[in-house]
Amino acid sequence: MEASLKKPPSPAIATSRKTGKWKKMKQQKILYLMILPAFLCTLVFAYGPMFGLYMAFTNYSPGGGSFFGSFFHSEFVGAQWFRYFFENGDFYKIMRNTLAQSLLSLLIGFPAPIVLALLINEVGGGLFKRFVQTVSYLPHFISWVIAANIIVTLLSSQGAINELLMALHLVDKPIQFLQNGHAFWGIIALSNTWKDMGFNAIIYLAAIAGINPELYEAARVDGASRWRQMWNVTLPSLKPTIVILSILAVGNVLNAGFDQQYLLQNTTVLEYSDVIDTYTYRYGLQNGMFSYGAAVGLFKSVIAFILVVAVNAWSRKVNQQSLY
Amino acid sequence: MAFVYAFLILVFLVTFYPFWNILVLSLNSADDAVRGGLYLWPRSFSLQSYQEILKDQEILGGIKVTLLRTAIGAPLTVLVISLLAFALSKKDLVGNKLISLFFIFTMYFGGGLIPYYMILKSVHLIDTFAVYIFPNLMNVFFVIIVRSFMQELPAEVEESAKIDGANDFQIYVRVVLPICVPVLVTIGLFSAINQWNAWFDSYVFTYKSELKTLQAVLVKILNQYQTQEFTSASGQLADSAKRMSVSSETIRMAATMVATLPIVLVYPFLQRYFVKGMTLGAVKS
Repeated sequence: MEASLKKPPSPAIATSRKTGKWKKMKQQKILYLMILPAFLCTLVFAYGPMFGLYMAFTNYSPGGGSFFGSFFHSEFVGAQWFRYFFENGDFYKIMRNTLAQSLLSLLIGFPAPIVLALLINEVGGGLFKRFVQTVSYLPHFISWVIAANIIVTLLSSQGAINELLMALHLVDKPIQFLQNGHAFWGIIALSNTWKDMGFNAIIYLAAIAGINPELYEAARVDGASRWRQMWNVTLPSLKPTIVILSILAVGNVLNAGFDQQYLLQNTTVLEYSDVIDTYTYRYGLQNGMFSYGAAVGLFKSVIAFILVVAVNAWSRKVNQQSLY
Repeated sequence: MAFVYAFLILVFLVTFYPFWNILVLSLNSADDAVRGGLYLWPRSFSLQSYQEILKDQEILGGIKVTLLRTAIGAPLTVLVISLLAFALSKKDLVGNKLISLFFIFTMYFGGGLIPYYMILKSVHLIDTFAVYIFPNLMNVFFVIIVRSFMQELPAEVEESAKIDGANDFQIYVRVVLPICVPVLVTIGLFSAINQWNAWFDSYVFTYKSELKTLQAVLVKILNQYQTQEFTSASGQLADSAKRMSVSSETIRMAATMVATLPIVLVYPFLQRYFVKGMTLGAVKS
C-alpha cells in the first residue's frame, strides 16, 4: 500500500503537471516581482558574507580589483587561522568571558521576567499595574549607547550609586566599578537584566492571560492560597513558554553581545570584558587582520548554528516542542 | 501582598530612576554639577547644556543624519517587507516553501562581521548615506509577523477584487495594505526605532564627519568621558582639568536626553500594538 503511494506518477501526468506549474508561475509573475527587492537585499547582505567566509581560509590582502576577484587571488592557507586562534592562548580567555557573561546574564536575566510577570499578575488590572509595566518596558527601546551613558554615569566615582553607598556608610571611598575586571561580568549581567526584564515579561503575561480561569476556580475550591495558586496553576501553565524561550536562549549562548561590552569596557578590564564579537572587531577591523577576524567569526557562526539545531532537536524529542 | 507591591515599586524605581538622574544632571548648571550629590532635583536649574548642544555642529549634524535615516529607512523597510510578506502569504505560490527557507536560513547562520564589511565595501556602500538604508531593508522576523497577519484575513475580501479583474499588485495596494495598517504601523515604528538607535554602522562603516549619526557622536563623547574618568581616577589629572571634564558631563547628559526623548514620546503609541504583535509572533513561531 505504502509502496504504491510512493510510486512516481506516470510520465504523461508528470509532464502535464510540469506545464501546469509553468503556467501557474507565469500567472504569478507579479508575485515574484514583489519578492525581488527582499530577495536581492538578502542575497547581497546575508548570503554575500556567507560566501565571503572563504577569506577565512586564505591570506587575504585588500586591493586587486573587486572583492571576489581579490580573495580568489589571495593565497589559500587552509585552517591556518583557526589553528592560530586555538593555539595563541586568546581562545581560552575569549571563550571563558563569552560563556561567563552570557551564562551569568541567563542566570539572572531569565527568571527575572517570569517573577515580574507573576507579580504584576497579582496586582490585578489597575492603574498601578499599567504604570509599572509601561515604565519597565522603556529601557528595552533605548540604544545601548544611551544605556551605556546612563550606566557609566550611575557607576562613576561621583555617580548616584557611589554616593548612595557612601551615605549609607557601606563604603568609605568610591568604588571604581568600571575599572574593576572582576565586577565587569556582573555589570554586564545586571545591565542586560535591567534593559530587557520588563519587555520579556510581556510574553509571560500574554501566556498568563490565556490560562483557563476554571483552573483557578478549582484551586480556590480546594482551598489554595494565592501563593499556592501561583505555584500550582500559573507556573505549570507557563512551562511551554519557558521551555521555548530557554531553547532560544541556549542557542544564543555564544552571542554574549557586542554593544554593552564595547561601550562599557576600557583597557583595564579587557582581560574580563573581551568576548568573541569584540575580539573579532578589534583584530579583524581595527588591526586589519581580515582573514583572522573572518576565521574567528566563522568559528562562532558554526558553533552557534550547531547549538540551535541540536538544542531544538533535543527539545523536540524530550518535550514534543520545537521552534520549527 | 505587601511584598508584591514592595517588589513592583522597587522594579519601577530601578527602571525609572536612571532616566530621572540623567534628566536632573542635564538640567543643572555645569559648574554646580561638579560638586556632585545630585540625585532627585536640580540644585541650580539651568538650560545652558541644551543651549550648548544647539550650538554644537557635531551634535546638530548627528541629529540631522539620524532624522534623515529614520525618515527614509523606515518607510522603505515597510514597503520591502510588506511586498514579500504578501507574496509569501499566498500558499499556492509555486516554490513558496523553498523561497521561505531562503529567507529563514539567514536567521540561523550568518557570515560574520569581516565578510560583511568586505561586501559593503565591494558594493561601494562604505562611507555613504546608503549604508544606513539598503542593508536594513530586510528583517525576517518582521516578515513572519506581517505574513501571519495577512494569512488571517478572510479570503472573500481578495476574491471579490479578483472577480472585478484586479491583478495581484492591485489587490496588494487597494485591498490588503489598507487592512494591514495596524501591523504595518507596528513594524514601521520598530524599524524607525532601530534606525534611530543604530550606532555601529555609523561608527564603523562611515568616516566622513557629516555622515555621523547622533548615536555615533554620543559614543565618541562617551569614550572621551571614560578616558577622563579613568585618568582622573588614577590621579593623573590636575584639578582644573578634572573640573572641566566633569562639567562636560551635563552636556553629555543633555545629549543623551535628546537621543532618548523621541523614544519616550513615541513608544506609548507603540505599546498597544507590540503587545499584540509579540503575542502573535510568539504563538506563530
